[in-house]
Amino acid sequence: MTETTEAGTAQAGTARTPAIGSPVRRKEDDRLVTGQTTWTDNVALPGALHMGLVRSPIAHARITGIDTSAAKAMPGVVDVFTAADLGDDNVKIPCVWPVTDDIVMPDFHSLAVDKVRQVGDVVAVVLAQDKVTAEDAIENVVVDYDPLPAVVDMEAALADGSPILHEDKGTNQCYTMNFPCGDYEAAKAASDVVVSRRFINQRLIPVAMEPRAVACSPMGTSEEYTLWSATQVPHVLRVLLALSTGVPENQLRVIAPDVGGGFGSKLQMYREEALALVLARRLGRPVRWTETRSENMVATHHGRDQIQDVEIAATRDGTIKGLKVALTANMGAYLQIITPGIPLLGMFMYNGIYKMDAYDFSCTGVFTNTTPTDAYRGAGRPEATYAIERIVDELAAELGMDPIELRRKNWIAHEEFPYQTISGLTYDTGNYEAATEKALELFKYDELRAEQQRRRESNDLVQLGIGVSTFTEMCGLAPSRTLGALKYVAGGWENCTIRVLPLGKVELVTGTSPHGQGHVTSWSQIASDVLGVPVEDVEVIHGDTARSPYGMDTYGSRSLAVGGQAILRAGQKVVEKAKLIAAHQMEANPDDLEFVDGAFRVKGDPEKSTTIQAVAFEAFTAHNLPDGMEPTLSGESTVDPADFSFPHGTHLAAMEVDTETGKATLRSYVCVDDVGVVVNPLIVEGQVHGGIAQGVAQALYEGAVYDADGNLLTASMADYLLPTALDLPSFVTDRTVTPSTTHPLGTKGVGEAGTIASTPAIINGVVDALRPYGVNDVPMPASPEHVWRTLQAAKAGGAA
Amino acid sequence: MIPAAFDYVRPGSLDEAVRALHEGGEDAKVLAGGQSLMPMLRMRLATPSLLVDCSRLGELRGVRDDGDAIVIGAGTPHHEVMHDALVRAHAPLIATVTATVADPAIRHRGTFGGSLAHADPAADLPTAALVLGAQFSIVGPGGRRTVAAADFFTDFFTTALAADEILESVRIPKLGDGWSFDYQKFNRTAQAWAIVGVAAAVRRSNGSIAEARVGLTNMGAGPLRASATEAALAGAGADGIAAAAEQAAQNTSPTSDLHAQADFRQHLARVLTRRAVTNAARF
Repeated sequence: MTETTEAGTAQAGTARTPAIGSPVRRKEDDRLVTGQTTWTDNVALPGALHMGLVRSPIAHARITGIDTSAAKAMPGVVDVFTAADLGDDNVKIPCVWPVTDDIVMPDFHSLAVDKVRQVGDVVAVVLAQDKVTAEDAIENVVVDYDPLPAVVDMEAALADGSPILHEDKGTNQCYTMNFPCGDYEAAKAASDVVVSRRFINQRLIPVAMEPRAVACSPMGTSEEYTLWSATQVPHVLRVLLALSTGVPENQLRVIAPDVGGGFGSKLQMYREEALALVLARRLGRPVRWTETRSENMVATHHGRDQIQDVEIAATRDGTIKGLKVALTANMGAYLQIITPGIPLLGMFMYNGIYKMDAYDFSCTGVFTNTTPTDAYRGAGRPEATYAIERIVDELAAELGMDPIELRRKNWIAHEEFPYQTISGLTYDTGNYEAATEKALELFKYDELRAEQQRRRESNDLVQLGIGVSTFTEMCGLAPSRTLGALKYVAGGWENCTIRVLPLGKVELVTGTSPHGQGHVTSWSQIASDVLGVPVEDVEVIHGDTARSPYGMDTYGSRSLAVGGQAILRAGQKVVEKAKLIAAHQMEANPDDLEFVDGAFRVKGDPEKSTTIQAVAFEAFTAHNLPDGMEPTLSGESTVDPADFSFPHGTHLAAMEVDTETGKATLRSYVCVDDVGVVVNPLIVEGQVHGGIAQGVAQALYEGAVYDADGNLLTASMADYLLPTALDLPSFVTDRTVTPSTTHPLGTKGVGEAGTIASTPAIINGVVDALRPYGVNDVPMPASPEHVWRTLQAAKAGGAA
Repeated sequence: MIPAAFDYVRPGSLDEAVRALHEGGEDAKVLAGGQSLMPMLRMRLATPSLLVDCSRLGELRGVRDDGDAIVIGAGTPHHEVMHDALVRAHAPLIATVTATVADPAIRHRGTFGGSLAHADPAADLPTAALVLGAQFSIVGPGGRRTVAAADFFTDFFTTALAADEILESVRIPKLGDGWSFDYQKFNRTAQAWAIVGVAAAVRRSNGSIAEARVGLTNMGAGPLRASATEAALAGAGADGIAAAAEQAAQNTSPTSDLHAQADFRQHLARVLTRRAVTNAARF
């Protein structure tokens, strides 16, 4: 690992090695890796009732009757509720992002009312003394369904005569958003070459290692509730549950204990969370539920699922003039928390790193009889990056240019930053030249091109393809005013409190909510540098609305980009106060003090010094503080970010494609990412590796498939294929560091980078391998059969 | 993901197990390594009334030399089979194929006989057993009987075993010198089921193929022999393999599912047969 630019640090010029930039081993991993920790499922709640959810096996049907009597009669079953039984307690699941004024927002009840609209929809809930009984009782709830025709295809759902999911709305069209930037038709008219493609960004299932779980307990005789959930968003969840159920927010404590992955799928207020709360209130007893893997596949939201009609216009010399993107986005059966907004998170990013005169974006959201979609690692940005990086490769092929050359000709040059893109965002910094040069060198690009040529000439059964992806993305969701302008109903700030306790240990209370990312370690490193204390002296407190009352939680690579700023500012406030105390005690002018390695020293008088830990004790005893100063040593900060940050990178994939069997194999993968200043290189590596694996998975393996009746065919992990380490080569990763100028630490965010970048790199590689056969696209996942059929069609002279 | 209620017995001998199974009736099931049965129980795809746990019956475990054959106990875990000296010496195809079964954790619990008796059309071992001419020793209330591999696999997940019979062991003839083997397993992820598999056993003599046996995995309800290819390979040289392999999908009726449509499976069978025979023949 080398870095072209030295990382900036919070404390330049100190004697101690800065914690920021150090490969500190993750403090939280012993308990996470061994599982010896508190998950929602093992929170001890004596006397808790277990929920069992009666789910629809039919995608679209009227409920004509529910007979709960047999289930209720079973020993150990406490009660069974239908929508009718729950009445006002059958709360609606909220969507907080009405993206247009005329968006169609159907009711989405915890328990289905009159109709079911997807396989897995919930029609009744069983409460039993143990989970085995609950599972048995589910089978004894008899539901009569009157099946209706289902629609799973988006274009069919928009066509006249389609079955309508929400009959009171009269349409399956959720919304249409138009976002024209510049005059695309004029740009197209000024072009020599126009390339258009229809890309299918297929539906994915997040499959976090820990399925969802919730447990809710009334607290004694008071009207207070504690709710544990395997969630990414305890703070958001508290607000939404309070709004939905009427439980006052100050009487509801939400705890996300350790959480085993999310990838966006736990960014939600789910019906099971609402049911646990209302049933705990109704019965006055603890209620709990843990999702089975089978439920997880249908009941936890899915990701992607867009039809992307993309057109790019350029002059013969390779100057991109304009881009047109028309999306059809599958909402699924209902709108969950930000379902309609997911495509719009990509809206600003389809232009990627390229300069152009015009960009025309539109998106139509559609209801179908499928599981709702929502955020999945990258959320809108992987789709955008896939479309632009694929179409740029197609343009290169059309022009007969090397794909790297075409990109060089059109990308924003490093001296042009800050640069306002055609979609209106201002990219603060970037250096696409540096990242690309380094990647080409590590990849041995020219050698691989030569090998590719040899294989083509010898008609090798295994062809070699080189896939290029020069991606950027936006992290740091988000400036609150921007979110407001986009009709998102919450802000994008983040909060941190840092307390130096009497004996000098530090509590760092963050509003971010880690679920595997390593915040405990990274946040400790930042605080360590700001306060000059050892990393191991910092305890990070998170994921509990009682202990960290303010927060906007973790998603969208925002935690470091936004939360990191709050940590830095809170720490600076601590140091500012401590300095006043130290100066007072040393009878010095605060301006004459310097703060180095956790010690306040009088400049020019090295004998006179005190440590921040000593100051903390003085602040605790309060025997000798400056007049008017409040005791204790802490600092709190809530930071609203100035702007997004824009990580970028160049990812290169060498794909071997067996032209007989269609099997595409990733032979080597090189990426050079620029995520700005790196707090912990080990964690960044981990994020990049996992991200690449997840992006490769979309390209080659994963895809949720429904039959025409709305049955999920990929409903188990035998059929929904997740790659493992055995399917992947060892990735070569490297970095350039161009610090963000909108973030005081210069960081940008890394949680989604690999996923966003890798999918187009892989598919560009597969297509590149098969280009001599006349192939110009391969449907994802590029399974052997998809590749084989594409080749068969191309050889037969048909369209790919 | 919680099984429906069932009764459970763990007999101390094979005879006791047969008796328990017989008394348990049609809905009683044998539990060996549990690697296929447990997921089916948990998803409630199977709801047996009684499980007869044979996983600790020592008499079902191990490999022995039986003159012109080796005998593999049905309860021998895959891991032991693939590392067994007798297997490696006299039935190396079994070791090769077993190494492709799932992952190490499953190979330590799952058993040789369990995989055969489960008769998943995508399972690899039935194909190897068919190619090697294995004889299945079955114990029931009426005593022992022997069934040839060709008669053992009768349909999807269905074998010649009656509800109250237990597979005791499998006798695999030693093929002797001059034979070599290959197994081509085609799957999408490293440890997934075979989309198609092809096992080839080839005996060479005087620079050409004297005899070849080709078995197909997942090309029908159970393992199949590619008879037309086998016939075409007899006496063939290196240049005859491709043409012979073109006939590999004759008389197959593979299913169409998420991972492959039938015509793609037939295409794969031809390609993989060519590769397996070429590798085994070592021209």
